[in-house]
Amino acid sequence: MSTLDSKIPSGPLADKWTKHKNEIDLVNPANKRNIDVIIVGTGLAGGSAAATLAELGYNVKTFCYQDSPRRAHSIAAQGGINAAKNYQGDGDSAYRLFYDTVKGGDYRSREANVHRLAEVSTNIIDQCVAQGVPFAREYGGLLDNRSFGGVLVSRTFYAKGQTGQQLLLGAYSAMNRQINRGKIQSFNRHEMLDVVKVDGKARGIIARNLVTGEIERHAAHAVVLASGGYGNVFYLSTNAMGSNVTASWRAHRRGAYFANPCYTQIHPTCIPVSGDHQSKLTLMSESLRNDGRIWVPKKKEDAQAIRDGKLKPTQLSEHDRDYYLERRYPAFGNLVPRDVASRAAKECCDAGFGVNKTGEAVYLDFASAIERYGKEKALTEKISNPTAAEIYKMGAAVIENKYGNLFQMYEKIVDENPYKTPMMIYPAVHYTMGGLWVDYNLQTTVEGLYATGEANFSDHGANRLGASALMQGLADGYFVLPYTIGDYLSKDIRTGKIPTDTKEFDQAENEVKDRINKLMSGSGERSVDYYHKKLGKIMWNKCGMSRNEKDLKEAIEEIAALREDFWNNVKVPGTKDTLNQELEKAGRVADFLELGELFAKDALDRKESCGGHFREESVELDGPQKGEALRDDKNFKYVSAWEYKGAPKEALLHKEELNFENIELKTRSYK
Amino acid sequence: MKLTLKIWRQENANAKGTIQTYPIDGIAPDMSFLEMLDVLNEKLINQGDNPVVFDHDCREGICGSCSLQINGEPHGPDRRVTTCQLHMRKFNDGDTIVIEPFRAKAFPVVKDLMIDRSAFDRIQHAGGYISVNTSGNTIDANAIPVNKENADDSFAAATCIGCGACVAACKNASAMLFTSAKVSQYALLPQGQVEATERVLSMVEQMDKEGFGNCTNTGACEVECPKGISLENIARMNREYLSASIKG
Repeated sequence: MSTLDSKIPSGPLADKWTKHKNEIDLVNPANKRNIDVIIVGTGLAGGSAAATLAELGYNVKTFCYQDSPRRAHSIAAQGGINAAKNYQGDGDSAYRLFYDTVKGGDYRSREANVHRLAEVSTNIIDQCVAQGVPFAREYGGLLDNRSFGGVLVSRTFYAKGQTGQQLLLGAYSAMNRQINRGKIQSFNRHEMLDVVKVDGKARGIIARNLVTGEIERHAAHAVVLASGGYGNVFYLSTNAMGSNVTASWRAHRRGAYFANPCYTQIHPTCIPVSGDHQSKLTLMSESLRNDGRIWVPKKKEDAQAIRDGKLKPTQLSEHDRDYYLERRYPAFGNLVPRDVASRAAKECCDAGFGVNKTGEAVYLDFASAIERYGKEKALTEKISNPTAAEIYKMGAAVIENKYGNLFQMYEKIVDENPYKTPMMIYPAVHYTMGGLWVDYNLQTTVEGLYATGEANFSDHGANRLGASALMQGLADGYFVLPYTIGDYLSKDIRTGKIPTDTKEFDQAENEVKDRINKLMSGSGERSVDYYHKKLGKIMWNKCGMSRNEKDLKEAIEEIAALREDFWNNVKVPGTKDTLNQELEKAGRVADFLELGELFAKDALDRKESCGGHFREESVELDGPQKGEALRDDKNFKYVSAWEYKGAPKEALLHKEELNFENIELKTRSYK
Repeated sequence: MKLTLKIWRQENANAKGTIQTYPIDGIAPDMSFLEMLDVLNEKLINQGDNPVVFDHDCREGICGSCSLQINGEPHGPDRRVTTCQLHMRKFNDGDTIVIEPFRAKAFPVVKDLMIDRSAFDRIQHAGGYISVNTSGNTIDANAIPVNKENADDSFAAATCIGCGACVAACKNASAMLFTSAKVSQYALLPQGQVEATERVLSMVEQMDKEGFGNCTNTGACEVECPKGISLENIARMNREYLSASIKG
């Protein structure tokens, strides 16, 4: 078993990043003009990196499968972005953000990376405001904050329920400025299908032009993967339809280790599944838990009556409701971290308290918030003896101002008015903490190949706190990668242009073409979606919110069998040299069918429960934490980094031991 | 539900397109419009036909990928939603639904219902940004207070998803609502005012170059906009443009 070198700088935690920046090599401006960088993915991590590297003077090529960089799925993030600004004066600091993130991640992330993230978080807000990102403000003209799950301060900056959109448009605008200057060439409707290595270093990619079907070669001195997460391995998730693991998985097959694939975030507040036709799931921002109270009926017969349509939730008295998060976790209540809230919802539904037709939903109720805000408003507006209707109206207006777009979205999908009747929610796959293994410099185990944002594994441990994904994406792209990649590129100032007419490019291109031919030559019995849905079912039932040895072993076998069936019998209509959406999907599902197996293997290996990874065999048996997840620091305080060795089940495990020098490992209690 | 779909099929940008008819059965009212098309495509694939090509990605109304002219209206009959958030309960059993791509000279068809909206990107390349480097070494975010009303209006303009429904709704295929939303977002913030003159001139120039039509104030764009972008933005852009032209 090899030891992975995380390249964490020496010295005290708070000084590491500054010291590292001072010690790394720089590239002079004239030389930057001779260096090319490829960035795959144009979400927050890729878009911000592209803009910054281009500003610095590098020649940047960006690739995205969408028709415009602005449509990357970061755009769908709703709730907000954390930053340790302490504008509220409620005791926040970089250390506290660092501490909350490590604790929230259940002590499975790297201290040095997380501290750096917390340090640069404040710059992000300054930067975005300077770019014209219209964050929510208070009447005095200063920025507003809200609170999010798993923390005791208000450090989340937001733009209604569209924070991701606004931040992405900010990064896109910075990209536009560089596109206009000719420093970024943006390849839209292009998909990366392989990494090209020359003498062990990443020196380019093979991409398919999705409009013409043409296979293209692109060379660069370094390649950055900012291609997002792999939640769509579950078929149903809150990811975009096109979100995929192909870029990361192709890199994995070329030697990049894949870390902690089993760490998946199942988000507690999503709109429940309505039927078999469902193509994706919609998130309701965690910010709703600031004002919404989660409950199920106390009595099973009431739950049954609700499922049968004989009883309405509004008819149940307070006494007959179980606000189970408030009951079980009095300190954090409805704002416990996501993994805890999701598991609690599943437990309620499994026990027969679910409230929609399928029994897989709980309530998120705004009635008390509407009343509270209504009364506050009556007081500030000096209305004496307001009627219940007046209070409701004023309260509903406050809620609309805060969450209007989310309420509208809910009503359009479910066809019920959430101002009048409680929302129904259920957990859904949302984010993947696992990803390509990277060192402190965000470099993978392949030299010159970097991974940023959700595509890497480094900052969120086994569970991500709300409003931290946007923070990490922008931190990596704006403030971390531009320094660390410079150190690597400083060795390339004499290399000159990387040619594409070499045997390495020939070989990679041929392999890509062979694979496409193989995909097109299946017996044609079943569609790509058939396989994707089947894979999703295996993943959700056996590698979902709770996992056990038996299920995971079965999953590994079932996925392998499904993969074989796929390669023999998949039906891809059309031709390879035209626009062919089925072919695009087929390539992505083929990679999910490999990743899924590694995912299950990783989950099987990790016999402890931690964060989003809950092993039924590892729970507290007694004491105040009885029934809660039991972490095993003695045996599992490591990052699992898997090396590709052919079939995913043959992957070789490398362990990076995690050292906690600044934080004492504790049982994560939110009680 | 049983439906008859009349769908625009076109092999590529240069081919001639036609409307083709597809009967479809077993559609549930809870399905989204795109899930209904998924059902059709699954059927076509199983029959050995080519599925209908359309743009879509987030399926939650924010990425702006999906388009579709449904029974003559961009994003269909419902208001304030994109096609991906349109649900089949808005239709009746037995309905005939005509599905075409958004029509505009500046949005050429790529294939079937998929169009090329890169003209929008080029309008933004021309000036849709504030020229500030992303070094993080800017002033503190709270150093310049911004009047809440302006911040809220700026945000409202910035929620444009760039789907192109405004262009498809306009009889002149004008991109004024889109362009003005971008101009307004920056014009309403102190950070954006420094380059306001140059920005409005370059963006309008690019908009004209792309072949979008003129605005004749019918307001169809505002009605069809899934995000409710206000016509006030067009008025604001006209003011900005006029004053920029005088200065410039």
